[in-house]
Amino acid sequence: MIDTWAQYVFLFCGVAFILALKGLSGPKTARNGNLVGAAAAVIACALPFFYTNNLKHVPLILVAIVIGTIGGVVGARRVQMTQMPQMVALFNGVGGGAAALVALLELHQIGDGANISWFNLAATAFTIVVGSVSFAGSVVTFAKLQELMTSRPVVFPGLPIAFGGSFIAVIVFSVVLVHSPGMLVGIVLALLGLAIGLLLVLPVGGADVPIVISLLNAFTGLTVAAGGYVLANTVLLVAGTLVGASGTFLTLLMAGAMGRSVANILFGALKGGSTLGAGEASDRPVKSVGPEDAAIMLAYAEKVIIVPGYGLAVAQAQHTLRELVDVLVARGTEVDYAIHPVAGRMPGHMNVLLAEAQVPYEQLIEMDEINDDFKSTDVVLVVGANDVVNPAARTTPSAPIYGMPILNADAAKQVIFMKRSMRPGFAGIENELLFEPTTSLLFGDAKDTLGKLLTAVKAL
Amino acid sequence: MSGIDPSVMWLTFFILSVFVGIEVISKVSSTLHTPLMSGANAIHGIILLGAIIVTGETDNALATTVGLIAIVLASVNMVGGFVVTDRMLQMFVRKPKKAEPTEGASK
Repeated sequence: MIDTWAQYVFLFCGVAFILALKGLSGPKTARNGNLVGAAAAVIACALPFFYTNNLKHVPLILVAIVIGTIGGVVGARRVQMTQMPQMVALFNGVGGGAAALVALLELHQIGDGANISWFNLAATAFTIVVGSVSFAGSVVTFAKLQELMTSRPVVFPGLPIAFGGSFIAVIVFSVVLVHSPGMLVGIVLALLGLAIGLLLVLPVGGADVPIVISLLNAFTGLTVAAGGYVLANTVLLVAGTLVGASGTFLTLLMAGAMGRSVANILFGALKGGSTLGAGEASDRPVKSVGPEDAAIMLAYAEKVIIVPGYGLAVAQAQHTLRELVDVLVARGTEVDYAIHPVAGRMPGHMNVLLAEAQVPYEQLIEMDEINDDFKSTDVVLVVGANDVVNPAARTTPSAPIYGMPILNADAAKQVIFMKRSMRPGFAGIENELLFEPTTSLLFGDAKDTLGKLLTAVKAL
Repeated sequence: MSGIDPSVMWLTFFILSVFVGIEVISKVSSTLHTPLMSGANAIHGIILLGAIIVTGETDNALATTVGLIAIVLASVNMVGGFVVTDRMLQMFVRKPKKAEPTEGASK
């Protein structure tokens, strides 16, 4: 039994986590919310060192915490903002892995046939399996986003059978664990969890990976909640459940923003080849222009909308783009940025990237607010984006992005589409917008070309 | 407390937390999806607490080793998660000079 005062502190921490999430969901309060959460987490983790004198291995535990802290801080500080989604995936994965290990250890503690309720053992099995799923799945998402492996869906003929088989095996071995708890069964469950995590994420196409990160995040939350039940610890249960519930809800919100269902994202590739788009460059005729012509189009437009995408960030061209926009605004042109909900690699990612380049918050307009403005826009400049302006989302039911709301760039009078090559976007499908008569392609590296555009506009 | 079955009590915590978890973030704008996900990700790093408790209870050398690994992983999740979220949110702080008055140009 934990001392009552310590239980009160745990209650306090649980409330603080609720306030932290509440804070994180509003733009003005977000940073404080995060700090409240961090403070609560530190207090909660410090507590076992004070409420009991029986804690063993204290020096080793402290060393392990220091190692993990250094790793976390270095990773979090060094990571480029463009690579942040995979960093979040990695942090989530190690959290899930830690939860699975904790459950295995707890199983080891109770292993001597002690009197444990079946529900407790079921929660242990759940923690081991889902924690392992989260770990393996996050490692695959990391590899996909970091481009250590192909970002395209990986499907092989036996995959649905392997997945179904592992799933049934998990249920069978969970029942075995509840009946006769033992380490061996626990380890089998962990291995099956790893296999399921792998098989779950491999078939997911690159563009859908953010949704999967969010889903795995919710999984880890639920894992931690189940771990809290196993350890009879309220703050783990409450914090884990909060993350599990809000994470699931957030996943549905994100999927909604992309016009996809979560089931379709996870299992779409298993049903047929429809999510396997063309990976080849097209050789259909297009109209291309040089930076000087594009500069004239931009400089004499009254209203310009910029559609930024992940390619912009990869080329580190945000600052050059902002300079170009500043020059255009100084000439009297009205310029807005149209931010698709999933521009970048995750919802809201593009806002972070542009904010980093000190683009004023007021120029960033969300899709729903700006979509009607495209009709009255003279020039749309698409930089490093592709799928978010692909009309196939409206017209081609077989396309993997079909149903996703897109920016109506095709409604504008002219489109300047900056591209490195004719290769299709992250979703791997050809973009009809490229072949429209109103579209002019401006080939080249985004940063380089924006620099030339800037020089040319200044010279006018 | 004598009248309450502990498992019902835990279930009560769980169900109420589900509703609270959904309710507190229900009005989030898509701009904040990424930091919110990252912040929630950091919060489940609280499994560090569980890892400390379990490791502190065991005498077995192998179990201690596994526990220490869990502590390292959980610390990475918790500390890294909060730091990276803070870094993201720093970007959203408005620059005091430019922010409010000069914005007549767009919109």
